[in-house]
Amino acid sequence: MAKDLAKALADLKEDEAVAITKEKLDAGADPMGILNEAGKGMEVVGARFSKGEYFIPDLVYSGEILKRVNELVKPKLTAGSGKKTGGKVIIATVAGDIHDIGKDIVVFMLDVSGFEVYDMGVDVPIQKIVDKIKETGAPVVGLSGFLTLAYDSMKQTIDAIKAAGLREKTKIMIGGGQITQDIVKYTGADTYGKDAIEAVALARKFMAAK
Amino acid sequence: MAKEWEEMTPAEKRADLDSKWLSPPEAKYNSAEAEKEYKARVQRMLDAVNMKQPDRVPVVPMVGFFPAYLSGLTPYDVMYDYDKLMSSFAKFVLEYKPDGHLSVTNSPPGKAHDILDYKLYGYPGHGVAKEHSYQCIEGEYMKANEYDALIDDPTYFFLTGWLPRVMGALDGLKMLSPFTNMTEMYGGFTGAALVPFGLPPVKAALKALMDAGDEALKWIGTVAAFGGAMAAAGFPGFFGGGTKVSFDTIGDTLRGTRGIIMDMYRQPQKIMRAMEQLTPIMVKMGVASAKQNGCPIVFIPLHKGADGFLNDEQYRKFYWPALKDLMDGLIAEGCVPFPWAEGGYNSRLKVIKESPKGKVIWGFDTTDMAQAKKILGDVCCITGNMPIATLSVGTPEDVKNAVKKLIDNCAKGGGYIMMSGAVIENAPPANMKMFIDATKELGVYK
Repeated sequence: MAKDLAKALADLKEDEAVAITKEKLDAGADPMGILNEAGKGMEVVGARFSKGEYFIPDLVYSGEILKRVNELVKPKLTAGSGKKTGGKVIIATVAGDIHDIGKDIVVFMLDVSGFEVYDMGVDVPIQKIVDKIKETGAPVVGLSGFLTLAYDSMKQTIDAIKAAGLREKTKIMIGGGQITQDIVKYTGADTYGKDAIEAVALARKFMAAK
Repeated sequence: MAKEWEEMTPAEKRADLDSKWLSPPEAKYNSAEAEKEYKARVQRMLDAVNMKQPDRVPVVPMVGFFPAYLSGLTPYDVMYDYDKLMSSFAKFVLEYKPDGHLSVTNSPPGKAHDILDYKLYGYPGHGVAKEHSYQCIEGEYMKANEYDALIDDPTYFFLTGWLPRVMGALDGLKMLSPFTNMTEMYGGFTGAALVPFGLPPVKAALKALMDAGDEALKWIGTVAAFGGAMAAAGFPGFFGGGTKVSFDTIGDTLRGTRGIIMDMYRQPQKIMRAMEQLTPIMVKMGVASAKQNGCPIVFIPLHKGADGFLNDEQYRKFYWPALKDLMDGLIAEGCVPFPWAEGGYNSRLKVIKESPKGKVIWGFDTTDMAQAKKILGDVCCITGNMPIATLSVGTPEDVKNAVKKLIDNCAKGGGYIMMSGAVIENAPPANMKMFIDATKELGVYK
């Protein structure tokens, strides 16, 4: 049975995707090849989400299936394989806000899209984000927040990035349930995305313009 | 003699709650003028709820800790000091004069939660800065394989499974045996069922509950005093009670977002069965507080059914039937369900059009209100949508423009209540003032 892993993942067939992965590994297939195929499946998931055919549960579920595929493949991977080539992106839920669901979906989609993601977690102090930009040289920063308190935290974080002299070389995207164009203006961010797929598209655009 | 509640029809129950809201039996007004204003405000809200045209659009700001910030206090201050809670929230209502207030219950008793080692939320001083509001901490507080336990006996599962996980001080409750075991003395049934109550961990848990209860009693005294003082000054409350859709009860507090998503694919039937069990419990929760408070409006914050969170088929299968059952159950008990759709609800408008006609209030956050009015205008009262971003970072001029736009789109013929799209926290006071005053100025029906 040489079934299509990409298709099984794209169609959210969990058991099938796991079975195909096991079969391929047992047959001695190249682990990187398997991951590339899974990646193709994830691209289809993303495209379907953009077209309004898939919704948040489909994204989250595809992530769970991919996790199971990864767990099977990982022990067979040799060191150094699977290096991320999309560029560095820092993601954080800003100070004061402890929500992580939306942020985690963004981190996941960036990760499977080939970006090297620095997930700083929630309630991240302003200075830590500034330090992380200095440390990694990441050209793209994504700030997440669910509550209205995040407006000021985002603004203060972006002000601090400016004060550190890093704003010119850093593109900043924001996101969250109550983020609008008015908030982009208020915080001094470059733009906002309404979902994880937009975050990927924005990150790609920023990297290409570098 | 008045009929017993159990003997009343749904319409009689509703009339009973309406009349208690309009004329609270225990009310002592500060003046004849205050009494007149109180009744005018309730009537204005009732007219809107009943899809009639009031004298003007009622305005009810959905406040969180705004009144605390207004008085230079933090959420921590008012969650731990009930005098400060009372004075700051009263100052807000008396100075800004909304048509309906939201009580002080949005500020829970901090110390009671400390005593219980509460883990479901981060709250001021406990995982969240003292300057910010409490926030839910997502987690799988119920495991994927525990649906049967929940379905078999929800109360026993809450007592012995869920509570010990979300309240550290209640760990001992894990040792309880079902109360339903205490059928009779014969055969040692009662004796065996009583044994856990002698065990030190159970005793410690019960002691923690009693201590938290003492604290909650102080807090509810403030809640009652606030409601009484505001009514005396002419200001009614807007909420009789609150409850949740069973899908959100499972998705928010039991399984978490990720958990319930997995369950929709891996064990959908278990969710359906659990919701069947939970819905009557959720109905009772809303009805009990509405009867206690003498106000028919039952707030139902909606979470996991928003645009994007479920596809149309999932919404129709999992969410809408649960919400519809909840609303029907509340209406049968004389209540007015007030589903509050957080996020966007544009794709759901065609579904929620099936809501019981004239019996509910639909509240919206970012939904297109012109569309909402078009689709629901002859179904029910609608409310909300004053953009929280504008209230938080806009100018008073921006706020006035937004108020005007909402009135233009929604107020025609009545059936609209001005409300913010999300909870107002630390917004500029000038914006709050404009929000309320502009509604009073522009919302008059001629």
